[in-house]
Amino acid sequence: MSDQKNKVLSPIPGVFYRKPAPDKEVFIHEGAAVKAGDVIGLVEVMKNFYEIKAESDGVLESFLVNEEDILDAGQEIAVISAR
Amino acid sequence: MIKVIQPGLQTTVQDYGRIGYYEVGMPPSGAMDKYSFTAANVLVGNEENAAALEITYMGPVLEFQQDAVIALTGGEIPPKVNGELVPMWETLAVKAGDQLSFDFVKQGARVYLAVAGGIDVPLIMGSRSTYTLCGIGGLEGRPLQAGDELKIGSAAKQRVKIGTRIQEDLIPVFSKTNEIRVVVGLCSYRLTEESKERFFSLDWTVTAEANRVGYRFKGERLSFVEREQPFGAGSNPSNVVDLGYPIGSIQVPDGVEPIALLNDAVTGGGYATICTIISADLNKMAQVKTNEKVRFVAVDIETALQARKEYAYKLAQIKQQLQLL
Repeated sequence: MSDQKNKVLSPIPGVFYRKPAPDKEVFIHEGAAVKAGDVIGLVEVMKNFYEIKAESDGVLESFLVNEEDILDAGQEIAVISAR
Repeated sequence: MIKVIQPGLQTTVQDYGRIGYYEVGMPPSGAMDKYSFTAANVLVGNEENAAALEITYMGPVLEFQQDAVIALTGGEIPPKVNGELVPMWETLAVKAGDQLSFDFVKQGARVYLAVAGGIDVPLIMGSRSTYTLCGIGGLEGRPLQAGDELKIGSAAKQRVKIGTRIQEDLIPVFSKTNEIRVVVGLCSYRLTEESKERFFSLDWTVTAEANRVGYRFKGERLSFVEREQPFGAGSNPSNVVDLGYPIGSIQVPDGVEPIALLNDAVTGGGYATICTIISADLNKMAQVKTNEKVRFVAVDIETALQARKEYAYKLAQIKQQLQLL
């Protein structure tokens, strides 16, 4: 289990943001510890902001998309490695 | 009753629409993909105009508190009853206590959930459709929220056998690249010839601003013909003297990004409308997602009317097929 990696997917298409607001810090830095249920980013579509949450505990190893990328539904956003 | 455990991204009650008030500025709202909406109602034996749920991108979690007959149509957001995948485009029976949930969207953008008897919400100006911008219709004029309870009506017209399925060739398939047919006008004369040509040769990408009000597209900047500002028109070259906007009409404010106006859009204004999506292709437009591609294809009125006839024929085929069972 120690090197298990979980990918976080976006259930919806839209614009990806790592920050809660343009002038705020990112929700989480790469390499930081994360708990299931933590918000790691937002996807904006239809003037709604949908919170992307970690589904497992571990370390947020890396983001696979950049700030303000337009995502497809089902696209991989980040990798969380269990520890 | 249907209890809303999770609402999904934007789930609204919609019927055929609030028809007949366009001239006083009231858009029709209503199901965006009318073909799928109608098929769902036919599959549960409802009047065609019965209110159903329109689910966008991400499905809700619903708990049925009574036995019910349901059907799910539209884009493919795989539905599950108590965690088991169930087919779309088919008459299904659910029992009191059953939970309906959905997987991630696979194709298309919108799913229709019809319940035998219809969703029972008050009629506002002759319709049960939700118009969120004005906060009217549907359930309290808004998308569903966790904890909501939806009443099931008693207006089922006939009983449909469980397991009845729409014929495979009548089930639409949705793609990430789409051709949408338009009739050129009313104000296409405002675009330069070069921009007109570019408009029809580009693959436009649907932006994140794509909802029941309209779809905004990214491609390249378009230019308007130079002119002297007419009396009553705004100063921007994309402005004209106010006119009624046809549903499905496409305008390009300041030439930057085309916007297709859909079911919940403003009914008129002062932007040049360069073309209008033909009615038969509005259903397809409603199933296009953010980040997917659209190419606009110009057709004449005769082709548009022929497409409308073919659309009506497909619906007639569905009804005929189900009556034969």
